[in-house]
Amino acid sequence: MTSLFEELQPAAAAEVQTTRVDIKINGEYKAAQIEPRLLLAHLIRNGFRLTGTHTGCDTTNCGACTVLMDGAPVKSCTVFAVQANGHEVTTVEGLATASELHPIQEGFKDEHGLQCGFCTPGMMMSAKALLDENLNPTEDEVRWALSGNLCRCTGYQNIVKAVLWAAAKMRGEAPPTFGAPADDSADEIADDSAEQPEERSDEAAIADDSAGGEG
Amino acid sequence: MFPSRFRYEAPTSIEEAIALLGANEDAKVLAGGQSLIPMMKLRFANPALLVDINNIPDMGYHRADADGSFRIGALCRHADLEKSTILREHQPLLAAAAPLVADPIVRSRGTFVGSVCHADPQGDWAACMVALGGSIIAQGPNGKRAVEVKDFVSGPFTTVLARDEIAIEGVVPSAQGTRTGGYLKLERRVGDFATAAVAVSLDMSGGVVKNAGIGLVGVGAQTIDASEAAAALIGSSLDDDAVDRAAELAAAASNPRGDHRGSADYKRHIISTFVTRIIANVQRSEMQVA
Repeated sequence: MTSLFEELQPAAAAEVQTTRVDIKINGEYKAAQIEPRLLLAHLIRNGFRLTGTHTGCDTTNCGACTVLMDGAPVKSCTVFAVQANGHEVTTVEGLATASELHPIQEGFKDEHGLQCGFCTPGMMMSAKALLDENLNPTEDEVRWALSGNLCRCTGYQNIVKAVLWAAAKMRGEAPPTFGAPADDSADEIADDSAEQPEERSDEAAIADDSAGGEG
Repeated sequence: MFPSRFRYEAPTSIEEAIALLGANEDAKVLAGGQSLIPMMKLRFANPALLVDINNIPDMGYHRADADGSFRIGALCRHADLEKSTILREHQPLLAAAAPLVADPIVRSRGTFVGSVCHADPQGDWAACMVALGGSIIAQGPNGKRAVEVKDFVSGPFTTVLARDEIAIEGVVPSAQGTRTGGYLKLERRVGDFATAAVAVSLDMSGGVVKNAGIGLVGVGAQTIDASEAAAALIGSSLDDDAVDRAAELAAAASNPRGDHRGSADYKRHIISTFVTRIIANVQRSEMQVA
């Protein structure tokens, strides 16, 4: 249970309308007694203590707070929690299982799709919404689908690669090696992470340098 | 950041929603909320009551009717339109604008009718509706009425909706011949306010323009109906003279202010360029079909 009027005296609190909401979040049913003005992002973070969802700009611009509501990406800072009553919400915590990362998460790891990581949960949820509808997106389609999510670190390049990587993996194909000619996808890379470090050593070194050097 | 306190009701019928609006002085309808909620968070809007219409069934439709009109329900989201094949088939202007509204995440929540009702001079849909001669159907306690969008928007963020009326549907009238057109928008990045945008709708028959409309975005205190510019196209075969004249008149109809997105002259130039470019695109795609 969570509310936004904890600071109020009981007499004042009695004046405030509260509503019970029942939300299925990452497969679990949760209930909360809330004020209608509570934003979904705040219920998720402060009420349900799922702090993977980030609030970045708080002004409907950045997309860091993106979650899926009934499968569609929404900015959780721009939906009232009460509107999620009876709906299903998926946050970034809903991607991985206890033993395994989601392919999108693996892609971000493998392709260095993040630096500071603040925008990452929103990026991943937008990517999830895209791949749920289209498992074979072009680079343009990935860029288009992520155009509501801002990243101030990466320049987006590796994020796009990460999503294409995840798409390939989810199709059951060997994830692409970027930097190689585009049509070389027929050159199968063994789906074995042991081989990856050698393939990517240059790129990894560059990414590490820039992270260390310029922050 | 969160809004000031408000009461919240989520009725399950239009009638109930209208009654709530009528009984409360300071009530506001919540549909997609992608403009209203940000404004409430900034405390630009402080309604005492929010009437959430999202639980009212059967309002998420968009459809082409047998009489040639196209109808969009109050809960039809931008994303529904962006993905719609019937929209592409029947309403090329709306189909061109759909992917350019806000950003993908906002599009999955925001609504077409809500965007028109928000009456932001930067709104994409109001300009499209002005170009198409479209209307909003408003329902109140005494029934429904249709208001043309050019009359519906009475000023910046202001419409002629009565306190106890809800905009339940957008209606685009049937085409006089084959409908074509396009939408071009200049924005610095996705989701930013447009520097300027232009909506052009053309109904063609036998290579001649039977009906035309031009709506301008972001170049005045409200959506601009460039009716004189559109009139210059009607009866023409989209020859260079007519197109140049329309582009010139559209720029003259705009009333931009210089700001960090560009000078007034620059914005006027964008308007005339976009009119010309949309029509050139239309002609090019018709040549491909022929």
